[in-house]
Amino acid sequence: MSSGQLWLLVIVLSVTAYALKVLGFVIVGSRTPPPLVERCLALIPASLLAALVAKDTFTSAQDFVVDARAAGLVVALIAVWRRAPFIVVVVAAMAATALVRRFA
Amino acid sequence: MSDAPSPAADSTDSNAADAERKRVITASLTLGGAVGITALSFGLAAVSAGANVWQACALSFFTFTGASQFSAMSVVGAGGSVGAAFGGAALLAVRNFVYGLALAGRLTNDERGRKLPLLHRLVAAQFVIDETTAMSTAQPQLRLARTAFWVTALSLFVTWNLGTLIGALAGSFLDTQALGFDAAFPAAFAAMLPPHLRTRRGRLAAVTGAIVVVALTPFMPIGIPILVAVVGVLFGVRP
Repeated sequence: MSSGQLWLLVIVLSVTAYALKVLGFVIVGSRTPPPLVERCLALIPASLLAALVAKDTFTSAQDFVVDARAAGLVVALIAVWRRAPFIVVVVAAMAATALVRRFA
Repeated sequence: MSDAPSPAADSTDSNAADAERKRVITASLTLGGAVGITALSFGLAAVSAGANVWQACALSFFTFTGASQFSAMSVVGAGGSVGAAFGGAALLAVRNFVYGLALAGRLTNDERGRKLPLLHRLVAAQFVIDETTAMSTAQPQLRLARTAFWVTALSLFVTWNLGTLIGALAGSFLDTQALGFDAAFPAAFAAMLPPHLRTRRGRLAAVTGAIVVVALTPFMPIGIPILVAVVGVLFGVRP
């Protein structure tokens, strides 16, 4: 992606993110959406975050791959399971990936 | 409690209120510090994905919602299009719309229930995110809810932007591939997941999202399987 395209992404995403905040907080205000909509919206992070974990660990462009990043994920999951702080999860995963890359 | 509280009892009450207020402020500031560390890893990850320092900082300043920022940079790093990077990030940002609904009644009116000035509400809106919502809705009293919101908002905004700048600067001097910075992305997403896995539906949605991505990646443009993964929300259809 060119630097110009990246700036386009930054601008469009910033405008959209702010518009969503204003829409809920200022425009619609304290009303509850229908239960069905609320239940579905609440599941967006679960679906997308897990999808992003899978994408960033097991794919490279359009290929399915298992490489050093898988070692990083295993370490990250153990750290998350042990309720380690965010930075410990990230640094441990990076270190595991770097070590496997270096020595495997 | 007597019907006519003595001055002594009154001052005990106000001491208790002060202590409570201090506790809320301390918790909010501590959270800000922790988030600064997350921002460091965002700065590093953004630069390793191909953004420059200014772009990483602009995202943290203007977009100011962590999961979406990480998501956009993750698709960019994989070589996806602007549209694909935007789509997943925007879907994640829908959460802030829902938070806005939850916070509106508590934070858009003054003590007497009158609407605060529009400018005030428009500024506050930028800070409607995971952490401010969690801290603010945890307070039973309206005044404390407001304190929690603003202290969390301002401490987070400072540390999030400062952390991003430092992380991005560091990242632009280091060999990001050799140091495994690309592994920061899945680790960050994994660390954000647990609160969403408390319900059975949440776990089903997560497993579905992960399977969809792995299954569809060979057949779709980069970043698009992430958008399709949102079908996981259909587990919310049944009550």
